[in-house]
Amino acid sequence: MKSKIFSFRLNGLLLVSLLSLSTASQAQEPVRIAFMDPLSGTFASIGTSGLKILQFAADYLYNSKGGILGGRMIEIVPLDNKQSPTDTQLQFRRAVSDGLQIIFQGNSSAVANTLSTTIARHNRRNPEMEVLQINYSAVDPALTEEDCSFWHFRFDAHAVMKLNVLTDYIAQNQDIKSMYIIGQDYSFGHVVADTSIRLLNEKRPDIEIVGNEFHPIGQVKDFTPYVTKIVSSGADAVITGNFGADMVSLARSIIDSGLEIPVYTFYAAYDGITATLGEDGKNLIRLVHNESSNPIPTETRKDFIRAFKAKNPNNDVTQQRIVNALQMMVTAMEETQSTDPYTIALALEDMRFTNMSGEELWMRGSDHQIFQSLHVSVHTDEGVEFDADNSGFGLLSEYHVPAEETIVESSCQMQRPRR
Amino acid sequence: MGMIKKLSVWIGYLIVLLALPQFFDSILAISIFNQMAIAIVFSLSYNMLLGQGGMLSFGHAVYFGLGGFLAVHALILIEFETVYFSILFIPLIGGVIGLLAAIFIGSFSTRKAGTIFAMISLGIGELIAATSLIFTDFFGGEAGISGDRTFGPLFFGVDFAQDLEIYYLAAIWVFIATVFMYLFTQTPAGRMANAVRENPERAEFIGYSARRVRFISFCASGLFAGIAGGLFALNYEFITEENLNAITSGRVLLMAYIGGLGYFIGPIIGAVILTLMNSLLSNYSELWMLYLGIMFILTVMFLPRGFAGFIMMHQTAWLRGNLKQLALPYLISGIPAFLFSMTCVAMIEMMQTEEQSFSFFGMQLATDAALTWIVAITIAVAAFYATRRSLPQLRDAWESANAIPASEKTES
Amino acid sequence: MLEVLIFATLNGLVTGLLLFMLASGLTLIFSMMGVLNFAHASFYMLGAYFAFSISQYLGFWAGLIFAPLIVGSVGALVERYGLRRVHKSGHVAELVFTFGLAFLVEEAIQFIWGRDTKNYQSPDILDFPLFTLFGQEFSAYRGFMIAISLGIFICLYRVLTRSRIGIIIQAAITHPNTVANLGHNVPLIFMGVFGVGTALAGLAGVIAGPVLTTFPGMAAVLGSIVFVIVVIGGLGSLAGAFIASLLIGLLQSYAIASDVGMPELLNLIGVSFESSHPLNDLWTLTLPQVAPILPFLLLVLVLIFRPTGLLGKREE
Repeated sequence: MKSKIFSFRLNGLLLVSLLSLSTASQAQEPVRIAFMDPLSGTFASIGTSGLKILQFAADYLYNSKGGILGGRMIEIVPLDNKQSPTDTQLQFRRAVSDGLQIIFQGNSSAVANTLSTTIARHNRRNPEMEVLQINYSAVDPALTEEDCSFWHFRFDAHAVMKLNVLTDYIAQNQDIKSMYIIGQDYSFGHVVADTSIRLLNEKRPDIEIVGNEFHPIGQVKDFTPYVTKIVSSGADAVITGNFGADMVSLARSIIDSGLEIPVYTFYAAYDGITATLGEDGKNLIRLVHNESSNPIPTETRKDFIRAFKAKNPNNDVTQQRIVNALQMMVTAMEETQSTDPYTIALALEDMRFTNMSGEELWMRGSDHQIFQSLHVSVHTDEGVEFDADNSGFGLLSEYHVPAEETIVESSCQMQRPRR
Repeated sequence: MGMIKKLSVWIGYLIVLLALPQFFDSILAISIFNQMAIAIVFSLSYNMLLGQGGMLSFGHAVYFGLGGFLAVHALILIEFETVYFSILFIPLIGGVIGLLAAIFIGSFSTRKAGTIFAMISLGIGELIAATSLIFTDFFGGEAGISGDRTFGPLFFGVDFAQDLEIYYLAAIWVFIATVFMYLFTQTPAGRMANAVRENPERAEFIGYSARRVRFISFCASGLFAGIAGGLFALNYEFITEENLNAITSGRVLLMAYIGGLGYFIGPIIGAVILTLMNSLLSNYSELWMLYLGIMFILTVMFLPRGFAGFIMMHQTAWLRGNLKQLALPYLISGIPAFLFSMTCVAMIEMMQTEEQSFSFFGMQLATDAALTWIVAITIAVAAFYATRRSLPQLRDAWESANAIPASEKTES
Repeated sequence: MLEVLIFATLNGLVTGLLLFMLASGLTLIFSMMGVLNFAHASFYMLGAYFAFSISQYLGFWAGLIFAPLIVGSVGALVERYGLRRVHKSGHVAELVFTFGLAFLVEEAIQFIWGRDTKNYQSPDILDFPLFTLFGQEFSAYRGFMIAISLGIFICLYRVLTRSRIGIIIQAAITHPNTVANLGHNVPLIFMGVFGVGTALAGLAGVIAGPVLTTFPGMAAVLGSIVFVIVVIGGLGSLAGAFIASLLIGLLQSYAIASDVGMPELLNLIGVSFESSHPLNDLWTLTLPQVAPILPFLLLVLVLIFRPTGLLGKREE
């Protein structure tokens, strides 16, 4: 520990000398990217699976082919924020201290909000050491709406966009006459509930909302009492924004009570959830997401997934959007021949990029929100070429909405730094 | 200790606090120092409860968090110019809120010490943490609330935009808080807290109400926890629910206990150790929490008085000038013990990693080779055996170093 | 409405009896040793994980038998080599030790089994609805859970009242020092009680794992509730723990099943607030929303007004 403390000063010196040197000497330096997500603690499985995808994508797409920007390797620096806003602050300072200027982060909107605020403040106070936030998964609409920031780019559809697609899909199903909404009592749960009710009212005024329930996040032992209410309400379907153990427990309780009604979700797949739902959840659980899981549209992406599975047999490519984010960021770097966050940010704005699935993605410049096609998939074992959790079960896309139909207005008033 | 000697300790403490950034000046180092500053005040305040007052609390984060929330609200008020107020005194706002909360909660929870107090603190902690998630307007839900410390009147042209500037401010507050907490231990109330901890009945016999003494300690502890919360608000410019829930309460217990209850300096040591582990170790191993847990259990089992207690154990030997006698036995036992724990760490890491090889202190270890495992297990067993064998010698050396005259020596 | 009431009662019973399995062990341990075992729910979690691993190879029923035995042995070892050592340093040290143990067990489980949810399933033989009432199924497995819990309660009750060791334990609940003075091997009894107590927690984990999801946070979800029960019931009172378990189980279940809240209450007294009111969060609060924190509210109230708990006799 002692020697580590001494190296703080060394790091500082190194940083100063690096900054003062010309770019010529940087040619051999790797391009260093921080990955800041939970890598220890309860939420670590999602964080580590994301890290593996990013790490693999960087190696597979770039490092094994001689690197980027004329021979520079991509180095992923994992930073463990334990999905806590406080630890995010600590790790952010570490990132800055180590000279990391690009941060990938995805889990928890609370963390994403904190990070976005911190980065905006930091960049304003330290214009010589700016930082860019690549949000690959946090779906709180506010991040690209009223709280949007020039330094934040989102590579996932936000909650309202996803619910738009989900309610379109529900609206088509004439069998559904009543809906029960249940969610965790926190901001995302409330966004899901409020938006679902609003959209269903617009699209299918005849669907009756027979329940709108919030439960404390991560504190419910047994969901059966809630399911009893769902049953007695006579609901034809359920919408929930639950994730993690709350998602599994809820789904299991619904299945155990013999209720055979569709459950519309956001996060009911991968990282053990698919395996746990197994046969019981077949054709009942549906998810809205980007990047179709089955069928995979292109050979390129199939090869990528197979190569990933060969290296990480116990993991899946759960979040293809991480790869999209990396590819678009590298494209921006190559276009500008720069790793400066401000320059990259400008290049990313309004970028149109064809991803592995052969689809054109659009990063809207006015609010830094990505647009791509969205899918509703069902949990099943039929027609599933790429399963999840090695369980034989996986997601099969049933409904597609092309990118241009997912576009929503944004109230973002972006404050652009002056250069 | 003479007056001058005491004073010089305090001046030394102040100098160390203020001089630290001169030696380690990276952003990370400053950030760690700021964390330490907050942790020191917080864990010292916890020690007022458990170490001095004998009240085991599982909800001390309540006062820290409430103080912090009000402090961030104060920052917001300053930013929107509702009030004109220097941010220098933000920690005081936190302290006042912590005190008020402690007066209210302490009025019924300090009636009893022991298990009942512990349980009430647990219940209150859970209640307030859960409530904070329900009242999202004030507490900001799971994302918390954030402010900006650069508003309000400047202090000699300093706007506190940089962490380093906050560090100096925090260092001053830490010093003030430490002095006052120390002075509290010297007041009759502070001294009676010890008496009540040891034997409440006797304390009552000499005319002190045990409940009243506990209440005073409790309020003082809430005050300083609130100050720590205010420092947190200043440093991070935001606060969330996790800062008043059971995790933070557990962490402060860990800090105070590992450092050493009952010694004034103990919580300071604990705060420093845990902050370093939290911010440095977590980046070397995903399993750092496992190591922390093991370390905590071992500390409770083998060093019941914490690290400070371990250091203070040597006081007798030191006063007799026998400390040198212990150096060699310590080295003989310490080296294999260290080797043993490091080999265990290496094996745990090898089990965890999915890579073919991983680097451990610069060594590349092949995780799937049987040889690596055989070597590791052999080293571990040998080191463990060597440690076991050397312990009796250490014990003998310990006894002879502490012995007054050989004839009065008692067993174990 | 009736079906909600019936199912809420059944659900409350299942939860309550499950909680009792944990609380009974905790109470026994506390009665004997004066230690509130913070890590008790961790043994419950260990039970679920051991049973999951065993069920992978030998099926559910083997897990049901062996997992509690393993957990009990682990518990006995913890007592022998951990707690007994710490005992010298006093009750605070013991409490802190079990607190650290809870932390360590959670980390160790993540290290051994990983962090994701485990696919631990109930046996196929119990995979049918026991009865269907108003269109809602009550699964046979839940019936099985009730049966096991009641069986344990009856066994425990008989052992404690009819057997010699039970009488010693009974005596220790009220007069711990006298029992030691009578020459009983107190350390051995301690180890045994700790082992049995943790085995009961392990058994609760085995049967709860398939329905309540086996994941690393399952101890944290239950941990403090069990504490609450033991304290509300009265420290050291087995009957009190039984009543408190059912009380908490039913209370939570009814609170969730209810549809009332502040809006209804305000309606009743004819008051209404704008949604922009600063205390809007309070005015829209519903009973189901606060259901999980009700036990803690009850805990604080009981401790303030009746520190001995419902049936407890000893204060410390």
